[in-house]
Amino acid sequence: MTAPDEPRVDDHPHEHGHVHPPARPDTDDALTYYKAMEVAVRELLIEKGVISAEDVRRAIEAMDARNPAQGARVVARAWTDPAYKARLLADPNAAIKELGVEPGAYRLVVLENTPRQHNLVVCTLCSCYPRGVLGLPPDWYKSRAYRSRAVREPRAVLREFGTEIPDTVEVRVHDSTADMRYLVLPERPAGSEALSESELAELVSRDSMIGVARARAPS
Amino acid sequence: MTTSEAAPRFRPGDPVRVRFADPPGHIRTPWYIRGRAGVVERLCGSFGNPEELAYNRPGTPRQPLYRVRFRQAQIWPDYRGAGTDTVDIEIYQHWLEPGDAR
Repeated sequence: MTAPDEPRVDDHPHEHGHVHPPARPDTDDALTYYKAMEVAVRELLIEKGVISAEDVRRAIEAMDARNPAQGARVVARAWTDPAYKARLLADPNAAIKELGVEPGAYRLVVLENTPRQHNLVVCTLCSCYPRGVLGLPPDWYKSRAYRSRAVREPRAVLREFGTEIPDTVEVRVHDSTADMRYLVLPERPAGSEALSESELAELVSRDSMIGVARARAPS
Repeated sequence: MTTSEAAPRFRPGDPVRVRFADPPGHIRTPWYIRGRAGVVERLCGSFGNPEELAYNRPGTPRQPLYRVRFRQAQIWPDYRGAGTDTVDIEIYQHWLEPGDAR
């Protein structure tokens, strides 16, 4: 029983003619230890005038502006220009800069898919990814399931992405655990001979440069 | 700035074995590859030791970093796939010792 002096909240009906489905819980509200630390350090730096809120916003905007289309241009150039492809395989950072893309501080390794070899990239320890060229990694790339299974049963993982690799083709997994970053150079799809370089770039998906998919076939 | 750097002990093609060790701290040698035998694919250059850098120390002597290639079928006894499937992993020199078998 409610004590007489407590406010009563259930003394009127809430029904209004229909029933609402239960609200989906928000997922952005858990202030974890590290989130709290980030907010605290950021606010202190801003308060002390070391950086401004605008600096932080601009840095995030620049990070978000990098995207897989940059990598797709690199791949399309390699498909159409054998000399460029040779430079890309020999010195990836320099070759990527030639196209006006800033690959970042990490040294890149370009992994060429061939009819005999299929390459797949994972970082089993965390989420190392060629962010300078491809932007932020997809959420699944950082998931424990992908990180543990890509190295343990890569062919099953590839199949779940719709990529069937015959046993006559070697699957080469690259565990990106340290100071290198990896970009897969997918095979140029059959039937793409007549396409221009920019049309070719549209066949190159983010996933094909991680190695979980092939480049799209021309429609 | 200190530039001390360990001299590379291995060359591409050399058989190596990853040390089996479990030290505390920030270790970038995945657990699943410790104690395993592979072959050096390439020398990537020398880099600050991440086990030191993680604690805001200079990371010297810088360690040669290798890409080492392992056969999947030797790592996972129940591996499903071609016997030629491989995994390449970046390993710092102080985690490698000379190996003798492929």
